[in-house]
Amino acid sequence: MNLQRLRIIIRKEFIQTFREPRMRFMMLLPPLIQLLVFGFAVNLDVDSAKIAWMDEDRSPQSRELLSQFEGSGRFIIAATPASEAQMQDLLDRGRVDGVIRVLPGFARDVERGRDTSVQVLLDGTNSNSASIVSGYAGQTIARYASQVMNQRQRDKLIAGTMASGGAITAQIPRVVAQTRVWFNPDLRSRNYFVPGVIVNIIMLVTLSMTAMAIVREKEIGTMEQLMVTPIRPAELILGKTLPFVLIGFWDMILVFVASLVIFHVPFAGSFGLLCFAALLFILTTLGAGLYISTISKTQQQANMSTFLIFQPFSMLSGFTFPIRNMPQVVQYFTYLNPMRYFLEVVRGVFLKGSGVDVLWPQLVALGVMGVVVLSLAVRKFHKHLE
Amino acid sequence: MNLRRTFAMARKEILHIIRDPRSLIAAFSQPLLMLLIFGYALSLDVDRIPTIVYDLDQTPLSDALIKSFRGSRYFNVVEEAKGYHPIDNAIDTRRALLAVVVPTDYSRNLLEGREAAVQLLVDGSDSNTAAIAQGYAEGLILTFAQQTRENAQSMRTGSVIHIPVEARVRVWYNTDLVSRDFIVPGLIGVIIMIIASLLTSLTVAREWENGTMEQLLSTPVRPVEIAMGKLAAYFLLGLADMGVALAVAIFVFHVPLKGSPALLLVSSCIFIFGALGWGIFISASQRNQLAAYQLGTLTSFLPAFLLSGFIYSIDNMPAVIRAIALFVPARYFIEIIKGVFLKGTGLRILWFNLVLLTAYAALVFYWATSKLKKKVA
Repeated sequence: MNLQRLRIIIRKEFIQTFREPRMRFMMLLPPLIQLLVFGFAVNLDVDSAKIAWMDEDRSPQSRELLSQFEGSGRFIIAATPASEAQMQDLLDRGRVDGVIRVLPGFARDVERGRDTSVQVLLDGTNSNSASIVSGYAGQTIARYASQVMNQRQRDKLIAGTMASGGAITAQIPRVVAQTRVWFNPDLRSRNYFVPGVIVNIIMLVTLSMTAMAIVREKEIGTMEQLMVTPIRPAELILGKTLPFVLIGFWDMILVFVASLVIFHVPFAGSFGLLCFAALLFILTTLGAGLYISTISKTQQQANMSTFLIFQPFSMLSGFTFPIRNMPQVVQYFTYLNPMRYFLEVVRGVFLKGSGVDVLWPQLVALGVMGVVVLSLAVRKFHKHLE
Repeated sequence: MNLRRTFAMARKEILHIIRDPRSLIAAFSQPLLMLLIFGYALSLDVDRIPTIVYDLDQTPLSDALIKSFRGSRYFNVVEEAKGYHPIDNAIDTRRALLAVVVPTDYSRNLLEGREAAVQLLVDGSDSNTAAIAQGYAEGLILTFAQQTRENAQSMRTGSVIHIPVEARVRVWYNTDLVSRDFIVPGLIGVIIMIIASLLTSLTVAREWENGTMEQLLSTPVRPVEIAMGKLAAYFLLGLADMGVALAVAIFVFHVPLKGSPALLLVSSCIFIFGALGWGIFISASQRNQLAAYQLGTLTSFLPAFLLSGFIYSIDNMPAVIRAIALFVPARYFIEIIKGVFLKGTGLRILWFNLVLLTAYAALVFYWATSKLKKKVA
């Protein structure tokens, strides 16, 4: 290993990557755009559900229920259909997430103390938001129900005590839930997703750039020229990969700063630990990029392979879809997924402020994987060069 | 445009595709892999929430509450803690998402007719799961509370009071709220966009980079014919991919196809044409494959995945992003495909989406050819 030759090849790589103004743009802009789009778009919260209010009773009681819905802050009354056909049309066009339908006779039943019901019709196309909206609607109606119930109990008790002539004992036991949410008290999904973007961007950038940079030399034929220079394989590998380690780190810092400044994601942990974990993680992605470059002849092939690797690893990392929900077999597979560990570290450090004492298993896994993958890839690359 | 030359161009491109079996295999295995993973492995449905319980009260009354947590399929009681420290630890290491703490005065309060509190501690870091878990837990406690009240009430007055008003929930279209039925149809649109960005966006840039563009230009073939020929070849590939994806969705995952298959097919063809046209446009505007690839992912894959309403609903996004999402063609296609699959809607509702997609396809093809002309000139 000759440091001077190494420096030269790194310099060449940087010049090549940043020579074209357009390429400079391409290196730095996509991560930022990805972060913005991810940060703003990736959101599974249902802040306000658009519902249609179909009141076939038109009574003070149904208006009281309507004001419960309006007052909850979770619903926007987007339409008031008058007929079943109109309601059907609203749901077909996806204009509303659901319809609350009060049937005729609602007020009469409430007044006479008979049990009654309110229809909630949901558009189940998006199953996730449908189940959240269903929960909100159920809670709102339950709140109204408990008002009615309190009223009735009071009436009954008063009637009962007046009949018996004793004292009024209006105490009825109640059980209430006191909920405290840890780490992300407002339940903002942005706090959960934005840190995860770091993982995706580092993976995508380092994997695809390494693979393509090497394959390009092969495709254009400059690899042969490199081979006839005194540069040794180890220097070539290091020189070809180090620039992308730096670009990966640059992207990480960019995303980190943006998530604090633009998205106000709380950062509870240690930045040093985050960088260390990123370094361990990049070992694996560089190894994988190197490996792809040995099996690809054209940049298109390298591209396809990168995506073929990136997609499943990203989807099975727990980024959007919780690992807990996956079938058992797939859960075992995720133990081999470096993105899973890095994601756990990033989220732990950001949201929970966890330290090495909690995250050491993830760090060990990342380290072991990085060393194994990278050394296998380097060996394969050596053979490939010879 | 000369049909014979276009055909020759398409043939050359098809040969290119066939002679690169690895890319061809990738072009088919990528969609299959995504479909399988999304269909089998990924789910946003929340159940069996790992729960840790801490009973400070240790009475039959508190036991009854904890039993109802044990009995629910939404909760999986993983541990009974003997203090707050194990709870901290379980939530930190993600062994538990929810902790239920029954305070010491729980049964005394209940028996004396006061308000008895149950503490719920939720790990909010995964906000979606947390919100759903919180809803389930509070719902369970509400039901439990109502039962307790009914019992107390009937003991006191000798008559039972029922819950007077209940919500009767009916779900349309995706009655069982299976997230697979919601994700798989949309995924088909995303897959087409990926093929367009990964394969097509490189075709012209590669000719420039390898110097074969000059050779092509010395032949009588005209830019329109180059664009059309390349598009035709990848159109076949895209259509085949679409067919595979549709077959998997319908026959493997049993996603119900409620609407018209013909509408699905026609709109798919138009969408594939537009998506590939965009890929060629990008390719024609870049001479460097790496740049073309970056631009391709950025302008077709990313919006199709994130801004199309495929998983993340557009209504929840901030106004600026919603405005951008208006220009994402995949969005209109995904609306069609979800409508046809799950709602069985027809042209009466979807005609406008179809018009937009057609306009997009025509516009993009025009751009691609004029870009190619300019580069050639």
